[in-house]
Amino acid sequence: MTKIILALIAGTIFGLGLAISQMVNPNKVLAFLDIAGDWDPSLALVMAGALAVAATGFRWARRHEKPVLGSRFHITLKTALDRPLLAGAALFGVGWGMTGFCPGPAFASMALGNREAIVMVACIYAGFWAAGLLNGKN
Amino acid sequence: MQNFTPVSALLGGALIGLSAFILLWFNGRIAGISSIMNGLFAASGPNRYWRLAFLLGLMLGAAIWQQFAPAMPTLRPHYPLPLIIVGGFLVGFGTRLGSGCTSGHGICGIALLSPRSIAATLTFMASGIATVYLLRHVLQVSV
Repeated sequence: MTKIILALIAGTIFGLGLAISQMVNPNKVLAFLDIAGDWDPSLALVMAGALAVAATGFRWARRHEKPVLGSRFHITLKTALDRPLLAGAALFGVGWGMTGFCPGPAFASMALGNREAIVMVACIYAGFWAAGLLNGKN
Repeated sequence: MQNFTPVSALLGGALIGLSAFILLWFNGRIAGISSIMNGLFAASGPNRYWRLAFLLGLMLGAAIWQQFAPAMPTLRPHYPLPLIIVGGFLVGFGTRLGSGCTSGHGICGIALLSPRSIAATLTFMASGIATVYLLRHVLQVSV
């Protein structure tokens, strides 16, 4: 139960962060990707702010053997730069550039009366399903 | 660069980093939204509930902020629906195949100095920039 409450708190802080930084505005995200247009570097600073806090916090957390409420840290130890990783990332970027939505802002925007986001999330799930078929994991 | 909002970007980003820290420190989990979304239906039992709670929080947090900033522009009534449909599919397909998105690779993975996440982030940034360039400056789609 405590884990679920902590996840709710973490999710809420994440949603606040996405809204305050205006990452729930897909046009602002597209303006970051549009380096040949009226470029808006804000997204780079969102990442910088997030990385500064996360890197410091993660480093401290991982000095401990396990998390406060769990038996282990669920972290992948893979290091290979394989084809699924790079092809997947490349396709994700194309979809991101077509829409201005990555998964977090798309999901959060469903609460902002944004019908586009509902279509987006439904199509993301269709994509998950198709990728699972490819891997034989559905 | 007249739309650059450095202060709110850094502040919002710091909150996202704090959220990722809380989820890892307490629950031992990575705040990667694509895998949390996928696991909502793929996982079972308690592994489903914390994901549901996180995703509900994601919507709650955005909705709370909208109460303070009602003028926040988020809606694009005339954006071409085919772009959303095909783009949404590619986001889902690509993030599952590539094991992560902007949060899982771009923030958590890079914070852990994972070479896979650094490579994935450089790749989706490059293909995102190339896609917007193609749409806006070559095909002249007015988006």
